[in-house]
Amino acid sequence: MGTYLFKRILAMVITLWLIVTLTFFLMHAIPGSPFNEERNTSEMVQKNLEAHYHLDEPLLVQYALYLKSLVTLDFGPSITQPSQTVNDLLGRGFPISFELGMITLFIAVLSGILLGILAALKHNRMIDYMAMTFAVLGISIPNFVMATMLIQQVAVNWEILPVATWTSWKHMILPTLALATGPMAIIARLTRSSMLEVLTQDYIRTARAKGLSPVKIVVKHALRNALLPVVTVLGTLAAGILTGTFVIEQIFAIPGMGKYFVESINQRDYPVIMGTTVFYSAFLIVMLFLVDLAYGFLDPRIKLHKKEVK
Amino acid sequence: MKDNVLSVQDLHVSFTTYGGEVQAVRGVSFHLQKGETLAIVGESGCGKSVTSQSIMRLIPDPPGRITNGSIMFNGKDLLKLTEKEMRGVRGADISMIFQDPMTALNPTLTIGEQIMEGILQHENISKKEASVKAVEMLTLVGIPHPVERLKQYPHQFSGGMRQRIVIAMALVCQPDVLIADEPTTALDVTIQAQILELFKEVQLKTGVSIILITHDLGVVAQVADRIAVMYAGKIVEEGTRREIFYTPQHPYTQGLLKSVPRLDLVGSDLIPIAGSPPDLFSPPAACPFAARCEKAMEVCDRVYPVKTKLTNDHHVDCWLQDPRAKSMLSPITLTIS
Amino acid sequence: MGAPKHHEPNSSPDVLDEWFTPKQKNREDAEAVVRPSLSYWQDAWLRLLKNKLAMMGFVFLALLITMAVIGPIISPHDVTKQTLSSQNLPPSSQHWFGTDDLGRDVFTRTWYGARISLFVGFMAALIDFVIGIIYGGIAGYKGGKTDNAMMRIVEILYGLPYLLVVILLMVVMGPGLSTIIVALTVTGWIGMARIVRGQVLQIKNYEFILASKTFGTKTARIIRKNLLPNTMGPIIVQMTLTVPSAIFAEAFLSFLGLGIQAPYASWGVMANDGLSTILSGYWWRLFFPALFISLTMFSFNVLGDGLQDALDPKLRR
Repeated sequence: MGTYLFKRILAMVITLWLIVTLTFFLMHAIPGSPFNEERNTSEMVQKNLEAHYHLDEPLLVQYALYLKSLVTLDFGPSITQPSQTVNDLLGRGFPISFELGMITLFIAVLSGILLGILAALKHNRMIDYMAMTFAVLGISIPNFVMATMLIQQVAVNWEILPVATWTSWKHMILPTLALATGPMAIIARLTRSSMLEVLTQDYIRTARAKGLSPVKIVVKHALRNALLPVVTVLGTLAAGILTGTFVIEQIFAIPGMGKYFVESINQRDYPVIMGTTVFYSAFLIVMLFLVDLAYGFLDPRIKLHKKEVK
Repeated sequence: MKDNVLSVQDLHVSFTTYGGEVQAVRGVSFHLQKGETLAIVGESGCGKSVTSQSIMRLIPDPPGRITNGSIMFNGKDLLKLTEKEMRGVRGADISMIFQDPMTALNPTLTIGEQIMEGILQHENISKKEASVKAVEMLTLVGIPHPVERLKQYPHQFSGGMRQRIVIAMALVCQPDVLIADEPTTALDVTIQAQILELFKEVQLKTGVSIILITHDLGVVAQVADRIAVMYAGKIVEEGTRREIFYTPQHPYTQGLLKSVPRLDLVGSDLIPIAGSPPDLFSPPAACPFAARCEKAMEVCDRVYPVKTKLTNDHHVDCWLQDPRAKSMLSPITLTIS
Repeated sequence: MGAPKHHEPNSSPDVLDEWFTPKQKNREDAEAVVRPSLSYWQDAWLRLLKNKLAMMGFVFLALLITMAVIGPIISPHDVTKQTLSSQNLPPSSQHWFGTDDLGRDVFTRTWYGARISLFVGFMAALIDFVIGIIYGGIAGYKGGKTDNAMMRIVEILYGLPYLLVVILLMVVMGPGLSTIIVALTVTGWIGMARIVRGQVLQIKNYEFILASKTFGTKTARIIRKNLLPNTMGPIIVQMTLTVPSAIFAEAFLSFLGLGIQAPYASWGVMANDGLSTILSGYWWRLFFPALFISLTMFSFNVLGDGLQDALDPKLRR
């Protein structure tokens, strides 16, 4: 167990370091960026930048100091809004994005699993075909297309739900729906195929031979094994949802971190791009790690494997 | 004659597949007496596993379908029961053990949970009593430290141990019939012998009747009371162990016996049966073995042989039993003891 | 079939005495394999043809590629020509898909966008394929320490959030067609490398490879002649599924303002432009590019699914 955990954490730290280093040197390589010689930024911004990035020092010293500031979770200043730091933006925007992402993930996982199980149990029947066509559509329609379709139909034509902002539960429905469709479709397909495979396993036949009812067989024997592969993709899905918030927040005018991020890209606010990228990457890498750990707890075979490693 | 626990009459099972209709079982009849072991022997694909799963009504439908026949068990026809009634039979009255103990157990549940869920399903007892019973069963099948072992997962056991657990699981509700589908095929030879011993021991202690499905005549010789030989979805010969081993009548049975290594016949060569079984997409209406049979006659390709009863237990489907064949083939007439 | 009655005397009237003569031996009968033998690829192709949804996708993609090639040529309107007198016209016989705010013909621009989207998709898949085959092939074939080290690297890269890295690279390299492809493939090859390695590892130890080795066949020849044909199934599927994800990524980047620059149109750019005018009622400006992005991704996805089913020999029944 210990060795496995250590290896996994080491890989995580290296990945983090890689992305941090990549960001740092890429940003310094852009011609015309505030980190470069020929900069044309206001005095206040210049001060902020120098204070945070120590631009008068040699590059490697800058790099070391930058790493140090990240360890203390200081993500640096903004150029376009000189009175703000990336931490300020994160503090305001991230809770909203996090809420949007978590609700989406919850909806996607729950409905995706249900749809997948239903399709698998009704394999090669009408419900299966319908669910799977729906799922391929869900994967094929980009979330920004989904979002605009929903706005056009539900908000503009039918006027049932509000279009923009993030103020009440009514405002949350359309954005979460637009964002959840893709991940839900992925989970539904994965659950279905994994469930179908599990249902052909010998231990399911053993359970039937014991005289258990179909419901008991599905719930007790099939589901847990079928959902193991679903757990493994949760990290990647979280990444997809997170990047999805960039466009969804833009379209629905939700004041989350994604919206700030896209604005910073459009305004080439490099310190913000840098800070946000590092923060998001760290967040996702930690998510992936947690998912791995969770998998270890769900599958008793993994524990043994770790013991053997020790 | 002892009481029949189970009696199968004219069982037909078909599978609808991508390539067409496969007639896997084509009119199989046999019976099982109380406390005996009946072995069903044959090559892979001969329909022996399908037959056994039909008794449990575990044929996946679709694509499988039991198209004809009856399976009488304790006075009722299992094929006429509703699925819910059948569930009451499975595990409680008739149990089944499958080939591979490595995959027959659910990897994410402890073996205690898996043994106990059968009892809890069929008997109205508390979890605590069920766990006591599970410990008893594990002791019966020879697993040391049963109390601690209950809390462990399948991957923490060796193959032989797992098969013991599977047997414990099958016997926990004290069924009348135990169907074992190739129970030793996936095991090492030394473990095989131990498991077969266990079968005999368990049968002695509980009086369970066993149907043993196997392709391994060595296994059969050790435990079977009676033997049914299956070929291409039909039982071609049936008799007591003595009759099948010492006076086999069907050329297929004779071929099977010649293809098994024997220590008692020094210097005798192993003789494989040439060719392969017929395609069950379009099985021959006549004798399915005719194409591979050394003694085949014109009639064998035209009409399916009638059943010849040789003794009370021994019968065979072969035209060589016809008096006309005996006179034709007098130089190579088989000796019947 | 006439099931025999039990315990019947051994003589039926319809069995003639003269049939009881030794049969003419015909050993081939016994050995005959009844099912027609098809090569792996023939079999897979037949199964793909049977899959209606996959064939639909295939036909749509064929039409799309044709239109991407000839669409801008046969259209009377120029891709970038701005006609200020015909701004934001709805679909008509003149402009089948309407016009945009600069009076450009959406029909022409849609096919032009198809060129860009398909080019990005195919290039990304091709580059992923080349890098993935080389990297995964070497790791899987060499095995041991080499494999271990190479897979460590992959493990670390795999943790990188794909789209974030792409966005970062696009910010640095500036928008453009070639930079998009570079950005997409910098981390995109990892999935392919993992699949190739897995396949190679699995197949490496098959007996027929061992047989080639004992004959002294060269490594390169073993890879080319034996390993590749046997690993192609999952790789083809992975490629088919890379294309739509690259098309999506391009549209997504365009949507963030990091895509292909004006005056050239990609579907993502067109959709992004169209989005800002959706509330003014110019629905066609968003509808057509969005429709074609979705249809194209749908087609590749169903084709990929169909290939997966068709190429998996385990399913042969």
